[in-house]
Amino acid sequence: MAKRIDVNDLNVYYSKFLAVEGVSINIEPKSVTAFIGPSGCGKSTFLRTLNRMHEVIPGGRVEGQVLLDGDDLYGAGVDPVTVRSQIGMVFQRPNPFPTMSIKDNVLAGVKLNGTKISRSDADDLVEKSLRGANLWNEVKDRLDKPGSGLSGGQQQRLCIARTIAVKPDVILMDEPCSALDPISTLAIEDLINELKSDYTVVIVTHNMQQAARVSDKTAFFNIAGTGKPGKLIEFNDTTAIFSNPEQKATEDYVSGRFG
Amino acid sequence: MTTNALTSKSSTSGRAGDKIFSGAALAAGVLILVTLFAVAVFLLIQALPTFFADPAKVSGGQGFFAYIWPIVIGTIIAAAIALLVATPIGIGVALFISHFAPRKVAGPLGYLIDLLAAIPSVIYGAWGYMVLAPALVPGYEWLAQYLGFIPIFEGPASQTGKTMLTAGIVLAVMVLPIITSLSREIFLQTPKLHEEAALALGATRWEMITTAVIPFARPGIISAVMLGLGRALGETMAVALVLSTGNLIPSLIKTGNQTIAAEIALNFPEAFGLRLSELIAAGLVLFLITLLVNMIARGIIARHKEFSGAN
Repeated sequence: MAKRIDVNDLNVYYSKFLAVEGVSINIEPKSVTAFIGPSGCGKSTFLRTLNRMHEVIPGGRVEGQVLLDGDDLYGAGVDPVTVRSQIGMVFQRPNPFPTMSIKDNVLAGVKLNGTKISRSDADDLVEKSLRGANLWNEVKDRLDKPGSGLSGGQQQRLCIARTIAVKPDVILMDEPCSALDPISTLAIEDLINELKSDYTVVIVTHNMQQAARVSDKTAFFNIAGTGKPGKLIEFNDTTAIFSNPEQKATEDYVSGRFG
Repeated sequence: MTTNALTSKSSTSGRAGDKIFSGAALAAGVLILVTLFAVAVFLLIQALPTFFADPAKVSGGQGFFAYIWPIVIGTIIAAAIALLVATPIGIGVALFISHFAPRKVAGPLGYLIDLLAAIPSVIYGAWGYMVLAPALVPGYEWLAQYLGFIPIFEGPASQTGKTMLTAGIVLAVMVLPIITSLSREIFLQTPKLHEEAALALGATRWEMITTAVIPFARPGIISAVMLGLGRALGETMAVALVLSTGNLIPSLIKTGNQTIAAEIALNFPEAFGLRLSELIAAGLVLFLITLLVNMIARGIIARHKEFSGAN
């Protein structure tokens, strides 16, 4: 559990359009790394390359290396399905499967690839995952009710439970709180702090306070202009990024003097 | 003056559009109900003499029930064959178009399938008895020889191929475009978010389809199959042309069996008096079967409402 990610000179394309250029970054295990930057700077796009979700979009492709504990995700013969079962992802909008109960949502990933699981093991895993997502007490009496009946914040924690149920090494979060109210956001942020002890967490956020609150390291992405590729401008300890950035662009962005 | 400023303006121009629209919608809704009701009343009134006639005078000489039930069974068999063949193929083709085919292929293919739905049934019927039926004869002979111990494949096989199985297959070809087009539309509406959720959990493409796409599309698939069933139950010309009719028999590869719609179509031109009433009563029975099947389908969809994602 909790592996490191090393990215070497990664270019990300949509067909011929270069969306993100030349990113090299080292993400430590059992830490929270935040990606910040203005809209359209490619931070979400880059995040999606870390579990090969980028190529789900027609025309999506990359050049370069992404190493998970030294193994190249984009190496020859690597199945994206395997990659994704080791690197989980939580999306911007909560997306529990509407046709499944809360319990089945948690087990959705576990039951893939023909895996059989006994009823008692399943019950244990459901409880453990929901506890891990701080949701157990709220839903333990209605595990057979549809997941879509929960509030937005609960749905997002259900998605986190679903992600940790497959025991990934890394959890990617793409603006997980942007559709949530402040209380639910706080609940997710607390959860991210707890997840750090078992997983490598990478989070994209628009909210700089959130990055400051939850992350150990912060990467600032920026874009030179419309149609230009996004680039990694600065990557450092979160405290350094927010109090003493090396780059002028970073300082402008974190201090609100941007654009 | 105690006029409320809020009440004075609103009931004028802006509301007229609303009123016209709601009136038009209401009228359309009522029109459907009235039409359906009128059809039901017409069938009932015209069919009544049959129910009160002397059983000996009804076709077959044993009353209406004895006359109708073999062709009810025949109708259901034909429709069942059609759906058994067309549903898996239709869903498969729809999935291919929506999730597997490259975009360059998917567009024209979908268009082509929509075109299939527009071909008149008499063409399908003609194709069925001129091309398909003779082509199926060797297959039927093989079935009769090796699987003849199963009652539905009992020999000797028809030498013209104009059998219930042929009719069912022709019907399947006819309902295929309906099931395919509707399913495809539903599949394409599956939220990207749910598909990505499945993929991000480590689902293969097929698992993504079974966890995210099919459950989402389930009510739509049922509706599509029901529309297909409606066409299969009510189809007259194709069955009339393809099926060489006879008494109700279990074998699907011998001459025999009949469906309600084809029975009406074949006999209507020369029917008068009680015979006409009989045929209309047969139509009434078909109407009731369709109603019943649709109610069951609605029931199945409603039973899973909580999990439809619409809440």
